[in-house]
Amino acid sequence: MKSFITILLLLLTLSFGVRASEELKLQEANIDLADKASLLRGAEHFVAYCLGCHSAKHMRYLRIALDTGADEKTVLKDIAPEGASIYDQLHSAMNKHDAEKWFGTQPPDLSLIARSRGADWLYTYLKSYYIDPRSPTGVDNTVFEDTAMPNPLWQLQGEQHAEIRKTIWGEYTKLVLDEPGALSEREFDTFVNDMVNFLVYVGEPVQLERQRIGKYVIFFLLMFLVIAYLLKKEYWKDVH
Amino acid sequence: MKPSRLSECGNWVLDRFPLTKFWNEHMAHYYAPKNFNFFYFFGSLALLVLVIQIITGILLTMNYKPDAKLAFDSVEYIMRDVPWGWLVRYMHSTGASAFFIVIYLHMFRGLIYGSFKHPRELIWIFGMLLFVALMAEAFMGYLLPWGQMSYWGAQVIISLFSAIPVIGEELSLWIRGDYVVADATLNRFFAFHVIAVPLVLIMLVFMHIVALHEVGSNNPDGIEIKESKDPWGHPVDGIPFHPYYTVKDIVGVAVFLLFFATVIFYMPEMGGYFLEHANFIPADPMKTPEHIAPVWYFTPFYSILRAIPDKFAGVIAMGASIFVLFLLPWLDRCKVKSIRYRGGIFKKALLLFVVSFFGLGYLGTQPVTPTATIFARIFTAIYFGFFMLMPIYTRWEKTKPVPKTLTKLHSLEEQLHTLEEQLPALLDEITELKPMAAEIGHPAFKSSFFTRRPNTEGMRNVISRLAKKLKGSLD
Amino acid sequence: MNNEGVDKSKRQFLTTALTVVGAVGTGYLAVPFLAQMQPSVKAMAAGAPVEVDISKMEPGQLLRVAWRGKPVWILNRTPEVLATLATLDSELRDPLSDESEQPPSSKNPVRSIKPEIFVAVGLCTHLGCSPTFRPEIAPNDLGEKWKGGFFCPCHGSWFDLAGRVYRGVPAPTNLVIPPYRFVTDTQLIIGEPTEEKTA
Repeated sequence: MKSFITILLLLLTLSFGVRASEELKLQEANIDLADKASLLRGAEHFVAYCLGCHSAKHMRYLRIALDTGADEKTVLKDIAPEGASIYDQLHSAMNKHDAEKWFGTQPPDLSLIARSRGADWLYTYLKSYYIDPRSPTGVDNTVFEDTAMPNPLWQLQGEQHAEIRKTIWGEYTKLVLDEPGALSEREFDTFVNDMVNFLVYVGEPVQLERQRIGKYVIFFLLMFLVIAYLLKKEYWKDVH
Repeated sequence: MKPSRLSECGNWVLDRFPLTKFWNEHMAHYYAPKNFNFFYFFGSLALLVLVIQIITGILLTMNYKPDAKLAFDSVEYIMRDVPWGWLVRYMHSTGASAFFIVIYLHMFRGLIYGSFKHPRELIWIFGMLLFVALMAEAFMGYLLPWGQMSYWGAQVIISLFSAIPVIGEELSLWIRGDYVVADATLNRFFAFHVIAVPLVLIMLVFMHIVALHEVGSNNPDGIEIKESKDPWGHPVDGIPFHPYYTVKDIVGVAVFLLFFATVIFYMPEMGGYFLEHANFIPADPMKTPEHIAPVWYFTPFYSILRAIPDKFAGVIAMGASIFVLFLLPWLDRCKVKSIRYRGGIFKKALLLFVVSFFGLGYLGTQPVTPTATIFARIFTAIYFGFFMLMPIYTRWEKTKPVPKTLTKLHSLEEQLHTLEEQLPALLDEITELKPMAAEIGHPAFKSSFFTRRPNTEGMRNVISRLAKKLKGSLD
Repeated sequence: MNNEGVDKSKRQFLTTALTVVGAVGTGYLAVPFLAQMQPSVKAMAAGAPVEVDISKMEPGQLLRVAWRGKPVWILNRTPEVLATLATLDSELRDPLSDESEQPPSSKNPVRSIKPEIFVAVGLCTHLGCSPTFRPEIAPNDLGEKWKGGFFCPCHGSWFDLAGRVYRGVPAPTNLVIPPYRFVTDTQLIIGEPTEEKTA
């Protein structure tokens, strides 16, 4: 019986090791929602490079202004496209039918993309395009194979190609920059990071506020707990 | 005179409404055993979570739209545009998981202390009905955000009904009201989730408590406190629920709320377990996510479903895994209630059961692989073995003598105090004092500086002692 | 059970302390719960100021626009109407709008910034029905005393063409004038106040 239990406990521990497939190693994005300047830069990049096709329809320009502390007029002037109202949501101007014609699919709304994909995935994805003549868009992506989206940032990043490298641990794909783009590698990393930072913020604009309020709630509950415990102790003196 | 007016007014009501009687019967003169331990917090906590869910649920319905075209967006609308909507929504989504944590612990309490046994069989049956109703409530509520997981989870679970021979296809069609999960399904699930099932839940909670207060609470010793009474007719080992357990339960509530608030404010997704990542993508009837898993509280049963290689048999096994719990009062033949005085065989069986329940739960969150399926089958066999073999192994169980009156409950301070006394001795055993190396300190202080180094032999002794103690507790 | 030597005052104190802290907590929790029934950002967006082009309005014409979901009337008043308004004071409850709601720029006998252009929220101050526009004088159903105005069909309140309420009808005050300002002579924004000249 004892050995049977031991085997079972062993089985349980082993079963936690059961995993589906080896996951791709993602690069870490540096997310700091308190960095308002980065958020504003990210918002600017998003509107310039993503909004052409993707909406973030759950987000309003007003909210960006409120949360970053930026002036409403500045947000309308620097970030929002011409003619947008501060109450407007980040809607793409692209026509549904055009989208289907050009990409075969509708570009997804990006309001919640950071919550479904995660920051690191987005960061790595945006950096992992490479030239692939077999693909209809001329590029492919190591993170998301056969992605329908052409590389929106190629002018900034430059063009990469994929090389398969062999090591003693196995093969891996290395992306090599052929032609540098308008930004240096470092500048480009910051650029993508700002954009991902903004997307994480857009995924749940209330995040920072929530954590700030949480401190007070927990402090209050601790106080409540102490008094409740003293009261309980006092009454339970009767019970022997 | 103001106070007398007020009390007159109060008396006018009390003369016509049995509030005092109700209060005395269920609180002030309801005698509960005095040795309730940690596991006895979860009944009142379940009630608290039910109240939280009902209040936040009502608030959510004010802005939620049960329409396939609008549902997903309306949830995001609540999260962003409605003042404090995010808090209400997170309370509700966290509350759902908290409900199951609390209920599972509450059920486990019943299992280890024999609270399902004579004369409390009916309480257990009501409780099991509550559990089933809660699962239905949670399942239908999970469709409402209309994300990818909501949609495909509902699609899979409703398709289970199609496995029933002859009427299955028609039945699942009738449940959905469409050929796939669609607007009609969402709309009816909304109706069930916000009014029909909650009414059933409230009614069952009422019957569960009424039945409990009729026979009285069980306790960690599993003896009936009604059997030894003092000259005034009160149980010797009983204390009035109010104020003793009200003040104690408030402490439990405070601790629970601390955990609850931590999740809400700092980890509302709980790493994808409370709010699944794929559910942030709107439902798409054309595309199933790569890996669909139910929310964590359904995964043990889902694993059983997947472990069986036949569709109909799988559905039957899953249904049976829940139904068998209803039979528990009659499967267990042992006269002794509490695990404290039960035989080793039951303790071992229970340990196996808990291990396999956790194992099934974990596997249910993971994608299917051949190895995982083998594990799931072993755990499924143990799960059913625990119940099916119970009439046999509990009949000849070697039990220990049960005391006549309750054993003392050690308070938190006493336990901490014992720990405080034992810790230094333990520390001395697993480490040894060695004089500090000469080159570090000045030679003059050499003898007065010591460092602690791990002592391998001492550690081995402690571990073997712990193992022996563990083994002893299983006999 | 042993109730001897119980420090009653300590119990009382702790019970009160816990009740107070608990009540404060419940109060704080009630704030978000009640606040979530306040207008959302979406409602505020719909309540944003509205621009109206009045260049094509003819004398005597009434224009209806929605602001915060409410009907807002814009009436181009003829000189005859303005002349009639001046004669009505004795029949009105609040002819100088002392008890009524309007921005300071509209607190005058004709209740508007420019006398000919009248702007008002088209909801009766009694119980919120929208009165009908009856510019004709002494029609059959309203009788001889009617000099043109707004008539509320719900409970029979009378207002003149400056939105001022008559005596002896259920409505307590004059029609509400929303904040508005002229961007140009033919364009106005409803929902934004006219900047006051401090004098």
